[in-house]
Amino acid sequence: MQKAFRKNFSILVLPTLAAYVIAFLIPFVLGIYLSFTKFTTVTDARWIGLKNYAMAFRDKDFLSSLFFTVKFTVVNVVTVNLAAFALANVLSQTEKGTNFFRTVIFMPNLLGGIVLGYIWQVIINGVLAFARTTLTAGAKYGFWGMVVAMNWQMIGYMMIIYIAGIQNVSEDVKEAAMIDGVSKFQMLRKIILPLIMPSITICMFMTITNSFKMFDLNLALTAGLPGKSTSMITLDIYNSFYNRMGYEGVGQAKAVVFFFILAAISVTQLMLTRKREVEN
Amino acid sequence: MIRKKLLTCCLTACLAVSMLAGCGNTGSEGTAQDGGAADAGSGEGQNQTANDAGAAESQGESGKVYFLNFKSELSSEWEETAAAFTEETGIEMKVVTAGSGTYEQTLKSELSKKEMPTLFNINGPIGYQTWKDYCMDLKGSEIYDWLVEKDMAISEGDGVYAIPYAVESYGIIYNDAIMKKYFALPDKAVEINDAKEIRNFETLKAVVEDMTAKKDVLGIEGVFGSTSFAPGEDWRWQTHLANLPIYYEYRDKGVSDLQEIDFSYNQNFKNIFDLYINNSCTEPTMVGAKNVEESMAEFAAEKVAMIQNGNWGWAMIYDLDGNKVQEENVKFLPVYTGVEGEEQQGLCTGTENYICVNSKISAADQKASLEFLLWLFGSDTGKSYCNGILGMIPPFSTFSDGERPGNPLVKEMLAYMNDGSLTSVSWNFTSFPSQEFKNQFGSYLLEYTQGNMEWDAVVEQTKESWRNEKSLISE
Repeated sequence: MQKAFRKNFSILVLPTLAAYVIAFLIPFVLGIYLSFTKFTTVTDARWIGLKNYAMAFRDKDFLSSLFFTVKFTVVNVVTVNLAAFALANVLSQTEKGTNFFRTVIFMPNLLGGIVLGYIWQVIINGVLAFARTTLTAGAKYGFWGMVVAMNWQMIGYMMIIYIAGIQNVSEDVKEAAMIDGVSKFQMLRKIILPLIMPSITICMFMTITNSFKMFDLNLALTAGLPGKSTSMITLDIYNSFYNRMGYEGVGQAKAVVFFFILAAISVTQLMLTRKREVEN
Repeated sequence: MIRKKLLTCCLTACLAVSMLAGCGNTGSEGTAQDGGAADAGSGEGQNQTANDAGAAESQGESGKVYFLNFKSELSSEWEETAAAFTEETGIEMKVVTAGSGTYEQTLKSELSKKEMPTLFNINGPIGYQTWKDYCMDLKGSEIYDWLVEKDMAISEGDGVYAIPYAVESYGIIYNDAIMKKYFALPDKAVEINDAKEIRNFETLKAVVEDMTAKKDVLGIEGVFGSTSFAPGEDWRWQTHLANLPIYYEYRDKGVSDLQEIDFSYNQNFKNIFDLYINNSCTEPTMVGAKNVEESMAEFAAEKVAMIQNGNWGWAMIYDLDGNKVQEENVKFLPVYTGVEGEEQQGLCTGTENYICVNSKISAADQKASLEFLLWLFGSDTGKSYCNGILGMIPPFSTFSDGERPGNPLVKEMLAYMNDGSLTSVSWNFTSFPSQEFKNQFGSYLLEYTQGNMEWDAVVEQTKESWRNEKSLISE
């Protein structure tokens, strides 16, 4: 069998390779190429060199949305992971009703971001109505609104990953620790946390990238209002691509810059957390 | 062993083929209605090339029409019209409707495809600058001959590239029943006795503010519907209302476009805008949550007496469940802002609907597309669709005065247009620099409404934004 696989390697790899090339590689290369051109549709591009990049960095909206995105990501990564881990911890200890609660908490993740954005817009505006104000009255409302909605959406997913990690910790290790007389907190800190590092790696990676790339929720919830003060970097890219004539290339350049920033951040994060992983 | 190997190979091959075919197929999604449908169906998943060839063949014979529609509220109506066209002429036609507010995006991606729209809309001179490579010269066409006012078309050099096909008006829509109730009050603060006697801002303001004071007697929650400012719902202010100060500024300077504006009529804008937000059923701090549909619903349910919108708004009023307002009471008033001599001002009338024939498609398709336009605006069936479900007022000589849609706002609009003593305000927002400018202006207005920005700052930033966005175009 092994031999057969090796022999037919090229055929076996073809479907995945084709999918990868068509859905990822070609658009990616085309995207980079377009960032050096001026175009209205992708078929009539004209080469203009680095001008798009110069314009992207001169655009103060781009930089402020980048800053806003970083702020959002930091808050979001902390809150999502803490809450998800806490819930996972609770729901992997008790017996009764855990399946029910796991399902309930996981559910929001199945909703699309746009739908979720509109739902939360109604909810938050409903709450803020008591204070005679609305979501778009200040950047702080939009910011925290997005944090709440994103948390609501992501906690369930991350929780499932943490539960899997926690359940993977062998009972023997825990028993041995118990006999040695560790406290509950020590058990968590010294035994469980180091052993679920792989889960943490995945969760950190997913929360960081998803917060950084968050778009649909942003568009539906605030669309950047008031002004551009709650515009995430992806929304800024989208707006420069579609709302200004002749600015498509600049949007493209921004997207390429965005890709490199995101890649740098997530690779660093992966290296850092990987280092802390231990064999179970 | 050998059998196993064969099986593996076969399965992999199947997978690969089905996948490749699957990818290729997406390009032809949703094409072809009658003739081509069988073709596309049989070719599914296995014979992509044959499918393509078949399509090309039929193209060569008769040509097809692919219309990209930009009015999302009229999607099923356009499809019905297209079906009628196919039935009468045998020419295949497909209509795709872009989602609300996403027309430019859709156009951008559809024009990148192999099967491009043959007919598409642009919103005016600015849109033309973006899409001029795709616009065919229509100078010698019959449809251009039919156009009543030739300078309404968008031309460059000797060519004519986009033709307006629907004239629209907007102003302040009011409910005459409530107005009559007000004018019948013994203690009203004004002399006049009918809403049509409101001929300037001063009178409008007096009436509106007095109505607000007496809103409990009148049984309304406010005079104006909510000043909608939810994300993407602010076009009635940042585009339509903004047209008035720009129109007067252009008029004073005798131009039709400017690189920089003085916004000299900003106080007039503020006049009417303040009147809207202070006499509305929704308090200023809450407008950020309201959308256009809610505002129109307030009007339809007789919770408010007035609302700024256009003749297309009739569908929203009429369609609403539980609408109370009677058809004969729905009337138009021009938007008065306190400009000198505005007694002679009419409604804001113009068009954002220009039709272009794609220049990069086959001659047969172009011919078919032109034929569709002639059918729609020239034949009896086509015209009945314009007057019926499409509710359009095409500016073509083929329509006589009797042949117009029956909705109350259109009737009012035609009355205003035919009144020789009034001058319509043209639509100058087609020269606004970009969507980005409108969005920025809208966000300043929202901040002003919520009390976070001074009016002077709004004026300064708007001028700045205009200049920036205009300079980006010329770069």
